[in-house]
Amino acid sequence: MSTEDLRIVWIYPDLLSTYGDRGNMLILAARARARGIPVETIEIRSDQALPDSADLYLLGGGEDGPQALAAQRLNADGGLHRAVARGSVVFAVCAGYQLLGTSFFAKGAAYPGLSLLDLQSDRGPARAVGELHGVIDPRLGLPPLSGFENHGGRTHLGPGVSPLAQVTTGIGNDGTSEGAWRGNLIGTYSHGPALSRNPALADLLLRWATGAGYLPPLDDTWTDRLRHERQVAVAP
Amino acid sequence: MPLRAKVASSVSRTAAALSRAAGRGDGSVIGGWIGLKIDPELLKHLAAGRSVALISGTNGKTTTTKLTVAALESAGRVATNAFGANMPTGHTSALAKAGATPYAVLEVDEHYLARVLDETRPRAVALLNLSRDQLDRAKEVAMMAQMWREALAHHPDVHVVANADDPMVTWAAYHCASVTWFSAGQRWHDDSWVCPECGGAIERAGGDWRCTTCPLRRPRPQWVVEEDGVVDPTGAWHQVKLSLPGTVNIGNAATALAVAAQFGVRPADAVLRLGSVTSVAGRYAQVERDGRLIRLLLAKNPASWLEAFDMAEAAPTLLSINARDPDGLDTSWLFDVDFAPLYGRRVLITGDRAYDLAVRLQVNGIPFEHVTSFADALAAVPPGRLEVIANYTAFQDIRAELDRVN
Ligand SMILES: [Zn+2]
Repeated sequence: MSTEDLRIVWIYPDLLSTYGDRGNMLILAARARARGIPVETIEIRSDQALPDSADLYLLGGGEDGPQALAAQRLNADGGLHRAVARGSVVFAVCAGYQLLGTSFFAKGAAYPGLSLLDLQSDRGPARAVGELHGVIDPRLGLPPLSGFENHGGRTHLGPGVSPLAQVTTGIGNDGTSEGAWRGNLIGTYSHGPALSRNPALADLLLRWATGAGYLPPLDDTWTDRLRHERQVAVAP
Repeated sequence: MPLRAKVASSVSRTAAALSRAAGRGDGSVIGGWIGLKIDPELLKHLAAGRSVALISGTNGKTTTTKLTVAALESAGRVATNAFGANMPTGHTSALAKAGATPYAVLEVDEHYLARVLDETRPRAVALLNLSRDQLDRAKEVAMMAQMWREALAHHPDVHVVANADDPMVTWAAYHCASVTWFSAGQRWHDDSWVCPECGGAIERAGGDWRCTTCPLRRPRPQWVVEEDGVVDPTGAWHQVKLSLPGTVNIGNAATALAVAAQFGVRPADAVLRLGSVTSVAGRYAQVERDGRLIRLLLAKNPASWLEAFDMAEAAPTLLSINARDPDGLDTSWLFDVDFAPLYGRRVLITGDRAYDLAVRLQVNGIPFEHVTSFADALAAVPPGRLEVIANYTAFQDIRAELDRVN
């Protein structure tokens, strides 16, 4: 890490930005600053070179055309691959999550992904829209995932990744598992400001990105209330 | 008018009256629906012989329609459609109900512009802005611009009044034979960073914008908002005294004046009439209750939240958020809105999804108080002004509550 600040890069907001994707960057920055960690947030457009020296990279959601274009430009740029090789953290939602795999489906055809995670995505029988809840991989030590999904894809995990969660409400990858992770890379179908309902996940990303083994807790009263409300809303 | 159209028109009026009498709504849609069943060409027949203006865009169309009606009324009687009834059934009902008028000003849902252009053969169409709605995505904004562009290509005789500050609108109208450009400002930029022509990046500096890779750029506007007034194409400045708040509405007034000018109404005459518009479908309406002067502002998508912040005074502000079907079930858009303009005001929050808003405001660094009802909000603030900004069903809930006690 070349600078003192925690550097967070939002990749291609001009292509991959729907439904409040900016939220994840805002939440990570706010939670870091609340602990006295100086933060630099950087938005890199698709016509700019992607710096490979940042600590944390964010990928948002997007439609087919922009998604395919983003994959092409990221593969040509190579910055994200170099950053991952250096151990940088990546958090990707929805279309951004699909991008991390070996291939994804857009505009009726399969496109090569970034091959950073061992998974591939195709089209599902119907669009998955609604609350998405699940029990997160116990090795990550996080409370249940709570979010909202809106996607037409289905994702098939290879042996090189683990599911982020087991679905209790919603579809996620395939109705059973949701999202994927390996090393410092996490992808999820919980779209938009996914971290707004999952502050513990936000803090995990911050610990990975800063190397801090511990971060002092913050007052998450309102988030706890929101999580509880959504949990009650989806209870049978 | 052919006999079938006459029958359809008369049945449409009767059905609307019956619906009102039965207490089943204001009849602004059902009459048109029945009329179009009897004669699918009814709207075409009803529009024939009138000078028609269409007003479309994501935001501000109801207000701009009302202002345009006020401006045009100096020239003669104007038929217009009611709030919400901005699809062909609503247009049909409105024209059938109005009887013969020399003019019609119709608010058009942006998805229906092509069809309404075909059927009403307007003299002018005003294109206000295009941005994401709660239920839509950014890409649909580009698709909408494409639809507009194709629809306008079929009507080279229509005069277009278009917003030069919105790259999407500009691109849709760029090749039209007859265009008046206006500048009403654009607060929301997140749906127009990518050039709709070539996919290049749009660069902005001050109020200007241009594509970095192709010739698309902001056209020179003929009507411009300046201070609390509007500069017309001759360079004359007209002070605009509105009964509606915010510079956003001065922009809507500029559009209305530009449209009215196409019908021969001079801005100096039209501008005096705009102050007669006081409330638009309950929006901006002020209600007094227990010494609290309550003003209701509807914010239905990220762009209109920014406009509502512009209109609200620096007074205690209640924000109410629901996520029912008409609002969209997803609250993610809250993170598309920067609530920073509320900083320093006393902020109260309520609604079905107040907790989503609470989390958003916390990230934004805006202190707030949560109240569980509108009545509690009233009790919590001192006498004086209370600004209320709500999304669709939350707005309807608060309106209903104010009506009940009144
Ligand atoms: Zn261009």
